[in-house]
Parts: sequence; structure tokens; C-alpha cells
Amino acid sequence: MTAPRTTSLRTPRRTALRGQAPVVAVIALGGGIGAVARYAVSLWLPAHSGDFPWATFWTNVVGCAVIGVFMVVITDIWAAHRLVRPFFGTGVLGGFTTFSTYAVDIQKLVDTGHTHTALVYLAATLLAALTAVWLAATATRRVLKWRQS
Amino acid sequence: MNWLLVVAGAVVGAPLRYLTDRAVQSRHDSVFPWGTLAVNVAGSLILGLLTGAAAVGVANSHVQLLLGTGLCGALTTYSTFSYETLRLTETGAGLYAAANVAGSVAAGLGAAFAGVWIAQTVWA
Repeated sequence: MTAPRTTSLRTPRRTALRGQAPVVAVIALGGGIGAVARYAVSLWLPAHSGDFPWATFWTNVVGCAVIGVFMVVITDIWAAHRLVRPFFGTGVLGGFTTFSTYAVDIQKLVDTGHTHTALVYLAATLLAALTAVWLAATATRRVLKWRQS
Repeated sequence: MNWLLVVAGAVVGAPLRYLTDRAVQSRHDSVFPWGTLAVNVAGSLILGLLTGAAAVGVANSHVQLLLGTGLCGALTTYSTFSYETLRLTETGAGLYAAANVAGSVAAGLGAAFAGVWIAQTVWA
């Protein structure tokens, strides 16, 4: 379904892009920092063919736990500068965690005959990442409530 | 050198994710996170193509660091995917949350497998 186009009310493209420039710049900066951190983890925990991809696993799980804390803090208590969320949430954490490596890790495991490891990795990452973001957000809300009361 | 390649890819990939997400999200009224799904599937396809190309010796390690670790790594995200899934469950859209998880994994894996297969077919 397409929404009706309100051409006359739209911000001119050039102005809209100019307003976006600082946001895009901090996301690029944060993305670079996050990706370097992810690359460092991959060098620290090198995976050999057929192994469980621990580096990608921990990167994604830790990134999900951190975003759980960060989003609660930034929406509930911290009146942060408007560039903080794009820089850290979209940039650093988005650049740190990765979905493409997760998917291709599974493809490589299946391709080399390690189907069992592939299935365990597929399920374990999902389970750990979703549990991490939920636990982190819930715990942060509890702490904030307890501090306020 | 390797670190610079990763950074160079990531400073393009992360803003590309943000701009794609905004473009996709502005085109529908649903609460379903189509934008994140789109970048994750697209990134999985590109990384699959790159992995297939590397397997047949077309892409060297520098290209893999620039486009794979840097660009695709920063273009795709697990943190936003899981946070959006959490928000869907918290706002009572549990069915959308389940669809997001199943859809992202199925489409992402499909794209990764397709990418490798296409690259090996084209370059082998």
C-alpha cells in the first residue's frame, strides 16, 4: 500500500539532507569504531573452519545487552544531545554487531558438512541475543525505578 | 592497513544502513521493522557473493576486509534487530516479533546461500 504523497508539504530534499549531515557523520564515525572493535574481537578469538563462531557469537550477544541498557537510559532518564543516540546506538552498536557474518557463518558451516554446529549456532545466537536485550532492558528499568523510589 | 580497510568499509556501511532504514520506514505505516530486515538481507546477500568469490579466488583478503568485515558488517546489525524485536513484544505486537525473527533468519540465510551459489556459478 502506498501512502498518499503530500508533495507540497514535504521538506525540500536539499534542506532535509543538510539537516541530516551531522547525524550521518556521527553514524559513520560510530560505525567505524564499532567495526574496529568487532574486527579486534575476531582477531582475539580466531575461528577455524568447522568451529563454533565464538567471536561473532559474543560480539552479537554483548552488543544486544549493551543496546538494552542504552535504549532504556536514553529514553527514560538521560536527556542526551540529539547526536548521542545516532552515534552510539546506530553507529557504534550497529557497526559492532553483524547479521551478515552470522548468516554467512551458518552457510560456511553447512557447506563444510558441520550442519549440527550450524543449527546450534543459529539457535544459540538468537536465544542468547534476544535474552540479553530483554534482561538488560528489564534490569536497567528495575535499577532506575529503585533509585528513584 | 587491515584496520584502515575495515574502517573505510564501515564508515560507508553504517550510514548506508541508516539512510536505507529511513527510506524504507517512510514508505509504509506498519510497525514492522522492514528497514532493518532490508539491510540485513541485502548485507547477507553481498557477503555471500563475496564469500563465494573468495572461495574461487576472485576476491582477495583486502577486498574481504573492506567489503566483508567493514561494509557488510556495519551495514547489517544484530543489536537493532533484537531491540526492535523486544519493542514489538513489549508493545503487544508479539506476532510481528515472531514474524520478524523467523523472517529475518529465513531471508538472511536464503540471501547468504544464494549469494555464495551465484558467485560460484558466475566465477567458477
